[in-house]
Amino acid sequence: MPHVSMTVNGKAISGDVEGRTLLVDFLRGDLRLTGTHVGCDTSQCGACVVHVDGKAVKSCTMFASEAEGADVATIEGQANADGSLNVIQQAFQDHHGLQCGFCTPGMVMSAAALLKDNPKPTETDVREYLEGNICRCTGYHNIVKAIMAASGQDVAGIAAE
Amino acid sequence: MPKDHDGIGASTKRREDVRFLTGRGKYTDDIQIAGQAYACFARSQVANGEIVSIDTTAAEAMDGVLAVFTGDDFTEVGGNPAGWLINSRDGEPMKEPKRPVLAHGKVRHVGDAYAAVIADTPQQARDAAEAIEANIKELPAVVDMAAALAGKNYVHDEIETNQCFDWGWIEDNRAATDAAIKAAPHVTTLELVNNRLVPNAMEPRASTGMYDAGTGEYKLYTTSQNPHLTRLLICAFVMGIPENKLTVIAPDVGGGFGSKIYHYGEEALVLAAAKKLNRAVRWTASRSEAFLTDAHGRDHVTKIELACEKDGTFIAFRTETMANVGAYLSNFSTATPTFLHGTLMAGNYTVPNVYVNVKAVFTNTAPVDAYRGAGRPEATYSLERVIDMAARELDIDPIELRRKNFIKPDQFPYAAAAGLEYDTGNYDALMDKMETLADTAGFAARREASEANGKLRGLGINSYIEACGIAPSNLVGILGARVGLYDAATVRVNATGSLSVMVGAHSHGQGHETAFPQVVADMLGIDAQSIDIVHGDTSKIPFGMGSYGSRSLAVCGSAVVRATEKVIAKAKKIAAHMLEASEGDISFEDGNFSVAGTDKSVSFGEVAFKAYVPHNFPLESVEPGLEETAFYDPANFTYPSGAYTCEVEVDPETGKVTVESFTAVDDFGNVINPMIVTGQVHGGLGQGIGQALLENTTYNEDGQLTSASYMDYTMPRADDFPFYQVDHSCVTPCTHNPLGVKGCGEAGAIGSPPTIVNAVIDALQSGGKNVTHIDMPLTPSRVWSAMNAQ
Repeated sequence: MPHVSMTVNGKAISGDVEGRTLLVDFLRGDLRLTGTHVGCDTSQCGACVVHVDGKAVKSCTMFASEAEGADVATIEGQANADGSLNVIQQAFQDHHGLQCGFCTPGMVMSAAALLKDNPKPTETDVREYLEGNICRCTGYHNIVKAIMAASGQDVAGIAAE
Repeated sequence: MPKDHDGIGASTKRREDVRFLTGRGKYTDDIQIAGQAYACFARSQVANGEIVSIDTTAAEAMDGVLAVFTGDDFTEVGGNPAGWLINSRDGEPMKEPKRPVLAHGKVRHVGDAYAAVIADTPQQARDAAEAIEANIKELPAVVDMAAALAGKNYVHDEIETNQCFDWGWIEDNRAATDAAIKAAPHVTTLELVNNRLVPNAMEPRASTGMYDAGTGEYKLYTTSQNPHLTRLLICAFVMGIPENKLTVIAPDVGGGFGSKIYHYGEEALVLAAAKKLNRAVRWTASRSEAFLTDAHGRDHVTKIELACEKDGTFIAFRTETMANVGAYLSNFSTATPTFLHGTLMAGNYTVPNVYVNVKAVFTNTAPVDAYRGAGRPEATYSLERVIDMAARELDIDPIELRRKNFIKPDQFPYAAAAGLEYDTGNYDALMDKMETLADTAGFAARREASEANGKLRGLGINSYIEACGIAPSNLVGILGARVGLYDAATVRVNATGSLSVMVGAHSHGQGHETAFPQVVADMLGIDAQSIDIVHGDTSKIPFGMGSYGSRSLAVCGSAVVRATEKVIAKAKKIAAHMLEASEGDISFEDGNFSVAGTDKSVSFGEVAFKAYVPHNFPLESVEPGLEETAFYDPANFTYPSGAYTCEVEVDPETGKVTVESFTAVDDFGNVINPMIVTGQVHGGLGQGIGQALLENTTYNEDGQLTSASYMDYTMPRADDFPFYQVDHSCVTPCTHNPLGVKGCGEAGAIGSPPTIVNAVIDALQSGGKNVTHIDMPLTPSRVWSAMNAQ
C-alpha cells in the first residue's frame, strides 16, 4: 500500500493507504477527524470541503495519495488557539447559521476560503460562491447572513431575530 | 424570567452549535466501535423482477468477507409493518403485503435489497456485493398510478390488486357534497400533480448493530427521528427481540424531514449480522442508495372542485386523489394521504361541505411516506390553487375571496367540515400583517418596474392551516393508528442542583438542547445553563414517540412542563419541612421557596441537596430524591396557521422564475425561542420553494429512477432564494397545552408551494398569457412551454 505523509491542522502525519482511498476517507477513517462529512457521492454537496495548501477542496474528489506533502486544514483546526470559536464559527452561532450541523463544517471551510479572497462579499457573491455547498435545513438565509456578518458587514437590516 | 435570562421568549444562542462548528458532532458514521465490520447491500437494478437464483459463492470467497445474507435468512422473522390501518369506503381493511428485511421471491423497486455482504472493510464489502451473481428475471414495471389501478400486472401478486385502499372522508358527507356541487352556481375544477420529492437530509442513513453474547443484549446506533419507535418496530414486529434486550441510540442526526421516522430493513440486517458474527456491523448509505431507498414524499395526482356562490361564498370542496405508496407500505405511509390530508380539506374556511376520496396505489417505486408537512402540503396546495383559480374566474381579488370565507376569530373553537375542531386562530389578523409587511399595496409599481425591464411580475397569495402536535391517542386510535402518540419526559434534579431532563423527542436540527432548558429554567427560576437535555437513547429515557408532525414542543414540551410541575410539588413538601411550615403556606418564585407572610425562605438548590442528603427529613411522608416523570397525551391537535405571499419575476424569453421576495406570517401560538422558530420557517420555505420550482423525482416507464443523484435531482442552492421576511407576532395561544404552543417545523414547507405557483400564474396572466395552471416544479422548460402553447 502506498505511504502518504502530509500536514493536517499543523501536525505532521503519515500512513499507509490503498491507492483508491479518498482523502475524505483517510481523514475520517485513519485520522479519526470525523468533522469532515460525506453527504453525496457525486462531489456536489460540499460537506467534505477542507483546505489543501490554502485552497478549498472537496476531499471526496481527490485521493489521499494526491495530498502527499500537502498542508491540509479541516474543521477540527479552525477554532482559535484558546479553543474559542473563530470569527466565522462565531458568526454562524450568533446568526443561527446551522441546524442539524451536518453541512456546517463544509460551509465554514468554504466561507473561510471565500473571505480570504473576497473580504467584503456582497449577498450575491456569497450566494454564488455557495453553489457547491448544499444545506437542507436553513433555506440558506442565516448562512448567507452569518458569512456577511463574519466579514464585518452590518447585517442588522437583513431580517428579524 | 426576563428575556435576557434565557427563559421563555429569549433568542438564546444554541449550545449544540459549538460541537457542530468545531467538528465534534457525533453522527452515527462517526462512532467507531472496536472491531467493527461493514455491510454493503446488493440492490435490484430492475423495478420488478422474479428472483430466480442468487449465487453468493464467489462473494463469500473474497478477501475479508465474513458473511453474506439473502432473503432466505429472514423468512422466519416478521415484516416491517404499517403503523396505521385504513379501511376502504366499503369497510374492507387496506391491503398489507409483507415488507421483508431482504427481498424474497421478487424484487419490487430499483434499489430493493436482495442480499448483504459483511466484510472487514467497506471496500471489501462493496467489492463482494458486486460479485454476487443474482439471476433476476425482469418483469414489466408498474409505474403510472392510473395504469396500476386499471391493469392486471401487480406489484404484489398475492393481493391481486394494486389498490391499497379506497378511502372516503367523510363518507357520510359524500351525498350532500355531490348534491351541493351539482346545484352550485359556480364550480371551479383543477387537476394537479403534487410532485414526488426525495427528502434529502444531508446525512445519509447509517446504522451500526452490536450484540453482546454474554448478556444477549443488542445495541443499535441509527439515524432515527424516534429511537423508541424504531425499537418497538424491531422488537415487536420484525425480529422478536424482547424490548429490554435492545437499546436504540440515535446520536447526532443530520436532518430527517420525515425520512428518518421509519424503520428500515438495513437496521434489522446489521443487528442480525452483529449477532451472527459477534462483531459490531456498520452500514452507511451512499447518496445514491438514499435516493433509491429513503422513503420519498408527496406524489399525489388530484382532481379538486370548488363550488361557490357567484359572490364567492364557498359551498363545497370535493377531492379525488391517487396517492402513490410505492412498492411497500412504509410505517406512516397510509396515514399521510388520509388523516394528515383529508382532515385538512376545509382549510381556513367556513365551507359547509367537504368530501375527499383517496385511492392509495402500489407501484414498483421506492416507498412513499411522510415528508416535511406530510399530507398537509398536499391539502394546502390543492385548496389554495383551486381558490386562486376561482378568484380569477369570478374576478374577485384573491385576498378578498379568502377573507370572505375565513373562519372569524369569534367562531373558535370551530368544528370544520373536514372533521377537526380548530381551537384558536385569527386568519384576518395574519392576512393584515402579511399585507403590511409585504407592502402588497405597492405591488403595482414594482410590477411596472419589472415590465420596464422586460420581465413579468406576479404576486402570489396563500393562507394555510395545519394540524400539528401529533396527536391525541384516543382520536388517532379511532382513526386507525396502531400506536399512541403521547410523549414522555423525566426531570432529574441532581444533588448539587443541576438538572438532567430526559425527553422522548429527538433533536436533529430543531435545537431542543437549547429550547427545552429555557422552559424548565423559566419554571424553576434557575439558570438554563445548569440544565441538560438527554435525548436519543432508549436506555436513558422513559419512553418517547420522537420528533415529526411539529410535535416536539407541543407534546414532549408539555410532558417536560408536567414533570417539572411534579418536581416543584415535591420540592414544596421538602421545603415546608425545612421551613417548619405547612405545605399550603409555601410559595415558589424565582427559584426560592418561602413562607407566606414571613422572610423565611430556602433556595431550590438547598431543597435539591436536602432531597439527596435526607438528614432531618420527613421520610414517613416524602421519599428522598428529586426526580419525576410525566407522560403527556394531547387533548387535540394544534392548529398553526399563516398567510404567505411572494413576488416572482418570469423571464418571458426563457421561462425562468426568480423569487424576488417572500413573506411568511405564521401563528405558532406562544414562542419559546424566536431565533430557532424563525430558522425553522426559513428551512421549510427552502424546501417548499424547492418543490415549487426545482425538485422532481422521476421514474421512467421501466421504473428506473432517472433523478437519482445531485446531478439529476435539483437541490435548492443558496442562489435560488432571496432573504425571507418571517413574522410570528400574531399569536392565538393553543388552548389545550400548558405552554400554549402550536409547532413550527413544517409550516414553511406547507405554505410556500401554492404561494409560488399562484404568483407565477399571476405573472403569466399579466403578460396576456391564458395559462391557468402548471404542474410543479415550475422549471424554465415547463413555464416556457406553457407560455408558448397557445
